Amino acid sequence: MEKRIMKGNEALAEGAIRGGCRFYAGYPITPQSEILEWMSWRQKEVGGTFVQGESEIASVNMTFAARALGVRSLTSTSGPGFSLYQEGIAYWVSAGVPAVCACVQRFGIGDGFISAGQDNYWQAVKGGGNGDYHLIVLAPNSVQENVDMAYESFALAEKWSHPVLILSDGTIGQMMEPCVLPKMVEYDIDQEQPWAVKGVEAGQKNKVITDITYFEDIDEWNDGYLKKMREISETEQRWESLCVSDADVVLVAYGISSRVAEGAVQKARSNGFKLGLIRPITLWPYPRKAFDEIPETCRGIVTVEVNMMGQMRDDVIITVKGKYPTYALATRQRIAKVDQVIDFAKAVYEGKIKEEEVY
Amino acid sequence: MIKSIICAGLGGQGVLTAGKLLMHAAHEKDLNVTWFPSYGNEMRGGNANCNVIISDKKIASPYADTPDIVMAMSSSAVDIYEETMAPGGVLYVNSSLVDENRKYRDDIRVVKFPATEIALKMKREVNANLCMLGKIIADSGLFTIEEFEKAMCNYFDEAGKGKFNESNKEVVRAGYEN
Repeated sequence: MEKRIMKGNEALAEGAIRGGCRFYAGYPITPQSEILEWMSWRQKEVGGTFVQGESEIASVNMTFAARALGVRSLTSTSGPGFSLYQEGIAYWVSAGVPAVCACVQRFGIGDGFISAGQDNYWQAVKGGGNGDYHLIVLAPNSVQENVDMAYESFALAEKWSHPVLILSDGTIGQMMEPCVLPKMVEYDIDQEQPWAVKGVEAGQKNKVITDITYFEDIDEWNDGYLKKMREISETEQRWESLCVSDADVVLVAYGISSRVAEGAVQKARSNGFKLGLIRPITLWPYPRKAFDEIPETCRGIVTVEVNMMGQMRDDVIITVKGKYPTYALATRQRIAKVDQVIDFAKAVYEGKIKEEEVY
Repeated sequence: MIKSIICAGLGGQGVLTAGKLLMHAAHEKDLNVTWFPSYGNEMRGGNANCNVIISDKKIASPYADTPDIVMAMSSSAVDIYEETMAPGGVLYVNSSLVDENRKYRDDIRVVKFPATEIALKMKREVNANLCMLGKIIADSGLFTIEEFEKAMCNYFDEAGKGKFNESNKEVVRAGYEN
């Protein structure tokens, strides 16, 4: 198939369109505005709907409504916009509505900065709104994966009646690379959609989209929900492993950090230092199974992250349960350099870095 | 083969476009390529840059931590990127805008080229970027002039600016042949 060069954000938008997305609402914010811009003309071409909402809160709720009516719907944002989305997304979960959100991470607390970051991790993976939930979180690390993950996100969300979050970052969104675009999916909104509202005959009881527990027995629903979440966490783990089985130090990184970490593994290996990499492709469910391959002799696991506190290290600790010491190379607002990753991993190997308590 | 390239200069000098042209030329040669821009609060006259990685293998990091090639269209570009270069790298300096007595590292090769002056003489000052690219193509052997011109014309055709292709080629040639 023909490869074409695209910007990450545009690729994500086009991947969604080809995956059948016919409703998009959003509000501009760097570094994701190209998704909105692309949708503004592209939805018109494919007979879909584009709305620039008056705010993030409006946009997330318009997306909720459109998806509740059956149409494959996407919204996208970044940083403070994603914080504003949390109430809306919690409602998607409680109603079992399989809408899709993309968050193109930037760095910083509150308003933050426009440069790439990975500090929405906790918010994205641990819930974010109120109540017991995780979103199904996909983490692209290339322009191609932006296309592919957006393309399949709707089917994945529908499979589980559960929202999907695509957690990208400013670099993956702004960079350009060649990619291959898949065929257009024609999605029929009149098909059976147990979670959607459909018209009813006069006199029949209409469906209302809100917390399902308003209409169903709460204990029954909770049991089913927990069963579903357990099933997702067992069956949807995805990851990529690179040189892990004999590694002396294993890096764990997603998104742009995994690209740098991969460069570090290549360079370290060519100099005789046995570095490995686990790249989570799903951040929830966290790919726990990937860690089974780490050899007993491994001296430490290092997350590489564009944040201050090493947010993903929490999940590594939960996964390895004290079997290996864990560290975070958290480079704040700067993307780590390949040599910096190797130097840190070497220091871990040589026992020069103290394992810290989590914050 | 892997080449890490930074195109840097001032906003308005076309350094992002220069990087994109290298990207498209590499893509048309079936090489792997990534392009990453500085973005955000950019303005005409402020510093601008992009990172381009070209390789015949899968590309890991899209960042040119230690570039093999730097295209420096302004003094500030030299200030920022000279020190990051890999030993043996080549620094292409737009000598029209950089002090001629400036001292450089001795473990890199410096190619001084008056791109702005030549473009100005052709009444194409805004195309100093293309003129410099012509020089880089000739000196580095990254692409043949034909490969580069074809990719450039395709790129501008798609961007709806194909009517400038012939005059753009003249500026590239001026860089290539000088």
